[in-house]
Amino acid sequence: MIRYDVLKSIAPVIRGKLIVCNIGSPSQELFDLLDQPSNFYMLGTMGLCSSIGLGLALAQKSQVIAIEGDGSVLTNLATLSTIANNQADNFTLLIIDNGSYGSTGDQPTYAGRKTSLANVARACGCDIVVECSAENTASELEKALSSRRMTVIVSKCESGNVDVPVIDLDPCVIRERFMGEIKRLDETRS
Amino acid sequence: MATESDRRIVDCLVANEIKFATSVPCKQLAGVIDLVDSSPSIMHVPSNKEDEGMGLCAGAYMGGTQSCIIMQNTALGVVVNSLATLIQFYRIPLPMLISYRGEIGEKVACQVEMALHTKAILGQLHIPTYHFQHCDQLEHLDSIIKHAHVCGKPVAVLADAMFWRSAE
Ligand SMILES: [Mg+2]
Repeated sequence: MIRYDVLKSIAPVIRGKLIVCNIGSPSQELFDLLDQPSNFYMLGTMGLCSSIGLGLALAQKSQVIAIEGDGSVLTNLATLSTIANNQADNFTLLIIDNGSYGSTGDQPTYAGRKTSLANVARACGCDIVVECSAENTASELEKALSSRRMTVIVSKCESGNVDVPVIDLDPCVIRERFMGEIKRLDETRS
Repeated sequence: MATESDRRIVDCLVANEIKFATSVPCKQLAGVIDLVDSSPSIMHVPSNKEDEGMGLCAGAYMGGTQSCIIMQNTALGVVVNSLATLIQFYRIPLPMLISYRGEIGEKVACQVEMALHTKAILGQLHIPTYHFQHCDQLEHLDSIIKHAHVCGKPVAVLADAMFWRSAE
């Protein structure tokens, strides 16, 4: 399974949920598979997906899933210590680890070699860290969401991208509809 | 350890309903960071690096919480991409309280190197920038924070050594 297959398999789980999605192919593939107002697509800024997700989770009550990549997390590795030390039980960090920089031509990352992002997350103090196969990602994600505990999932999959169009939404439109959805979810809860 | 000016700064953040702050420490900001950390109305999430902080602030803002970043000017060399492609591209208001190291009164020579680029970087990014040289200028802080929200942009307050000395 490649990233696109993982995203396809988790689509029913993340439907209606607040998603912050990593720059490049991950966002484009998610846009292609399941565009929804509760998706925040990153159009730039390598590495900050998990930080945006954590900030959002700390600021409001709805569940937030940050869909990260191994290359992106390696860019901002210290994020794992910030996540560990600022517990947000409405936050799930899903790292789709295909061992490569997918958006730039599948150059290998160190996560595909000797570096274990799951072990880094544990060493940073993240209490619940699950490494799973691509096939088990949807069920692990479901488990994490229903546990209501802050969870880091490292989903090991194969590298490769599918040919999907570039996201043609204006960034302010992405943000506005995302914030509208956050507000709506907040009102639904109360 | 916090001075009257530190208190005025944090009171101003609170009065503007800034409920989320991130920081990377600087000696000159120690008092402000202490007060932010102990403020019951501000959630303080320290960052390891300032670009990470910009991500946290962007997320908090979208979650309906006004946010700000407290950092040193040297880090402007770190955050150019985050400012351009996240904060500005998505039009996120972000007050930045920046200690302006390397100006007159600086004791560490190396700090001068980034001081020379500080206003140029902010200018290149077209970020509204306010240079505080005396604590009397704090009377403008409230309007500057509001300005970030009026224009949906990052705004920078540069507080230099003379400012912090006047604040003692
Ligand atoms: Mg990858």
